[in-house]
Amino acid sequence: MTDRNISKAAAAAGGVTRRTVVAGIGAAGMLAGTSRFSIVRAAGGPLKVGVLLPRSGVQAGIGQDCQRGVEVAGPILKELGLPELQIMNGDTESNEQTARAQAEKLIGDGAQLLVGAFDSGQSAAIAQVAEQKGIPFVINIAAAPQITEQGYKYVFRNFPTAVTILTDAFKQQKEIFKQVGSAPKSVVFLHVNDTFGSAMAGGIGKVMPKFDMPYKVADTIAYDRAARDLSVEIAKAKATGADALLVVSRLNDAILLTRELVKQRWTPEAILSMGPGWYEDQYFKTLGKLSDGPISFVPWYDPKKKLSQTLKAAMKKAYPDVNLNTNHVYTFEALLVAADAYKRAGTGDSKELTEAVRTTNITDNVSIGEGIRFDAKGQNDTVGDASIQNVGGELVVVAPEKAAVAKAVWPMPPYDKR
Amino acid sequence: MPVELYLNVAVSGLLTGLIYGLSALGLSVIFGVIRIVNFAHGEIMVMGMFATLVLFRHLGIDPLYCVPIVAAALFAFGYLLQDLVVRRIVHLPDYMQFLLMAAIAVMIVSLCLMIFGPDAQGVQVSYAYDSFQIGPLLVDKVRVYAGVAALVVSGLLFAFFRYTDTGKAIRACGDNQTGALVVGLNVRRLFALTFGIGTACLGAAGAILVLLIDVHPYLGPSYTLLAFIIVIIGGLGSLPGALLGGLLIGFSEALAGLVFQPSMKSAVSFGLLILVLLLRPQGLMGKISR
Amino acid sequence: MIRRLTDGLPRRALALLLLFAVVMALAPFFVSDYVLSVLIISLYFAFVGQAWNLMLGFAGQLSLGHALFVGIGAYTSAALFTHFGIDPWVGVVAAVALSTLMGCIIGYLGFRFSIRGVYFALLTIAFAEFTGIMVDNSAWLGGSAGLFLPVKNAGSIDLLNLRGPPTLFYYLILILTGGALVLCRFLLNSKLGLYWQAIRDDQEAAEAAGVPLFRYKMIAVAISSALTGVAGVWYAFYYNNLFPESTFATGRSVELILGAVVGGVGTLFGPILGALILTPLGELLTALTSGLQIDGIKTFFWGFCVVAIVLFRPSGVWPWLAGLLKLDGRAR
Repeated sequence: MTDRNISKAAAAAGGVTRRTVVAGIGAAGMLAGTSRFSIVRAAGGPLKVGVLLPRSGVQAGIGQDCQRGVEVAGPILKELGLPELQIMNGDTESNEQTARAQAEKLIGDGAQLLVGAFDSGQSAAIAQVAEQKGIPFVINIAAAPQITEQGYKYVFRNFPTAVTILTDAFKQQKEIFKQVGSAPKSVVFLHVNDTFGSAMAGGIGKVMPKFDMPYKVADTIAYDRAARDLSVEIAKAKATGADALLVVSRLNDAILLTRELVKQRWTPEAILSMGPGWYEDQYFKTLGKLSDGPISFVPWYDPKKKLSQTLKAAMKKAYPDVNLNTNHVYTFEALLVAADAYKRAGTGDSKELTEAVRTTNITDNVSIGEGIRFDAKGQNDTVGDASIQNVGGELVVVAPEKAAVAKAVWPMPPYDKR
Repeated sequence: MPVELYLNVAVSGLLTGLIYGLSALGLSVIFGVIRIVNFAHGEIMVMGMFATLVLFRHLGIDPLYCVPIVAAALFAFGYLLQDLVVRRIVHLPDYMQFLLMAAIAVMIVSLCLMIFGPDAQGVQVSYAYDSFQIGPLLVDKVRVYAGVAALVVSGLLFAFFRYTDTGKAIRACGDNQTGALVVGLNVRRLFALTFGIGTACLGAAGAILVLLIDVHPYLGPSYTLLAFIIVIIGGLGSLPGALLGGLLIGFSEALAGLVFQPSMKSAVSFGLLILVLLLRPQGLMGKISR
Repeated sequence: MIRRLTDGLPRRALALLLLFAVVMALAPFFVSDYVLSVLIISLYFAFVGQAWNLMLGFAGQLSLGHALFVGIGAYTSAALFTHFGIDPWVGVVAAVALSTLMGCIIGYLGFRFSIRGVYFALLTIAFAEFTGIMVDNSAWLGGSAGLFLPVKNAGSIDLLNLRGPPTLFYYLILILTGGALVLCRFLLNSKLGLYWQAIRDDQEAAEAAGVPLFRYKMIAVAISSALTGVAGVWYAFYYNNLFPESTFATGRSVELILGAVVGGVGTLFGPILGALILTPLGELLTALTSGLQIDGIKTFFWGFCVVAIVLFRPSGVWPWLAGLLKLDGRAR
């Protein structure tokens, strides 16, 4: 092909370009028009809420657990006199790229508010889409502090950051030590090296010195998130001669750790967990009697609040063998925030809806703390931990005092005498 | 740190290494003969684990007794997979084989997710938490049983390849496929048998592994990588090499966990892999000619 | 120069290529934001696939650890940006330098110790996983808690700091993909390209004919890792948060190369076509199966489709499509 031919082709292409641009702009305008129109039209009907959760991929277990909170929400919100939500489900496949594309898709399909996504990375990816589109995004669970520190205007989080979780954990540990009249002298800090685990490990260095804890940390052991075998980790921890274990783990490793404790014939005075795993249903199901004893310091429901009882009953009815947990509570509350904001805004218009979310002030809620409201950064800084202990297959709140229903069992009953 | 600690950790590492070795045998057999790199290795083993779980839950069969049943089931699976699908791509370049196996792996994972759900599930046997006390040593009973079972299965496999006619024929195929065709061996059938034997090893390893680890659909990939490391270190295609590689990785990961931060311990495996690839690419027990 | 690039291409191929380029360039004007985001991911895979293809398709070296170079590029530029405020245009230089260096180290070790085929692939996996674990344990790079880029200026376009709406990143990755296509075409038609093909087709024969194997293989690895490093910079600034777990994992490396393999290894247009098939296929399956509410069914069918492609188009989709459209000139 000669140069002349190319310039001809280029000229032809140029012609196409001009014409198509005009057509393109027209089409874009039309599309933009229809989407704006659809939002206006939606006012009055149910609010379209896009729920993005990792329902397949490595986090599928937790994503599907969060989904249960979505499934039971409808009737409860109705009972509270809140407007109806039309749930649009999206699966992030435990992958940030998919999370982002799915967020675009849900918004394209008319979602007026987004809820999700359990994981910090996926939530951060969705947050960017929400911010660009000006669609409010209510995070159910994600503890990485950075998400609400990035200056987003449309991102709200009704979940404590790593620092808050730790602050409350140390406060309540002291409360429990006082309650039972005993405290470990040294602990081993054992944590999984994943997004959450290392955010917590980073926070401990900053938060713990402020609390003058009665114990010293004899050793810090970080283990692989895909650990197949934790016998070495427990052997190492046991060899330090520490009284208690401080842990941040996930479900699978919590089970592995417990098994190793039993096999290596070591019952620490206490297992103090500052993350998921130890209170989850699967932990009870898998370990039976051996599941008793650990105390978890986690964002939890306040058993004394009225709405907690309603949610608990609804869960019991829908899923008889699933205990109400953090995943359900915060996913439900994210929808509660959505419905409440929609009621006050009276419209699905994204600006007004976002403003309504920003001025949320729900005191009749489920989680521990004063209620749901957001600061200038979109963070609910009043939400906090509860200390829950596994007692006889049930989860018992033992601190803070305001929410506690029993005293802590201390020390842990020995594993070999159960 | 006390000596007992090192001893305890070393013994437990070696026992775990035996099971790693058994699973790696499956990979080695298939590569050694058919020259297919089975990237669905871990996922097929997870299938075996789920099968064991079902047998245990519904029929109450101890996982160790499940070993022959699951091995037989996965043998059938492997035989059919080779004969119906993999056979058609043996002549393709390795990246195409790799793509096919990776896609099959995705299908297996999705299927497990749909059938069994995402949660980790385990078996509870009566001896799950027992341990033998030998002096200062505290040896986990399950690991001992598992290690012995792995040894028995490996022994059977060695015997099969050394003493039976079929075993010898398969080895002949692996050494020289054209020659095998010339002397009238049914290569197609032998390849299917080999793939079946490879996946049967995975079934056996899976059944044993359920005693130690809870199974969930996404467990596979890390075992695939692990098996590759073991097999390369031991020597691709060498059966004793795979066992030795397993022992070495089990042992060094356990000790590395003690000496370094445990979250770094798989770095030791990958580091070992790099060293072996550079210094002794045929592996510890592989033949130079590869 | 242009003549050299188009030499040997049938006229209709050129016309189709131009049409394709025009459609892609105008896409942001007439597709929805969702489709645009799918196109962005597709082009990203196309670009990395092209870079990877350079190494396997043109120089015969199978890498299953290309996520390593993406990761190095991404982490280098992101760390410079967050810690020192160095803009990505400077950062990309450092990123490319580092990822090329890493590529050369791996290449050097691989070639000097004559590690080939599956073994070389495992070497690349080992390096990627090893580096991932190191970053996982590096506090300066955010460790496993992740490295977050500040995103304050989202909305307005800030070219210097690469802050802006998806359209900006769409055109960037489109230019990169187009540039890589032209570069590969140019390289392939050069003497270098001939040497590469000789090495790929028969390494021993090429060596016997006096082709300096080591040098030309190293050049292929260097260019491939450098381009992939650039992709990493783009990735970091588009996604704004990096996690070693999802950046360096072998699964990610596999994802990066699927498009190129499906499209056709060793072809120029294969990686682009493959990426434009696979990513939208995933989205299509999501849409089709979403009504069923069965978690996992989408990935099941996705795997099924890939198996079918391998079985029925074993040398990739592009060679077949090119034949169908009668586009097969000397160099596809």
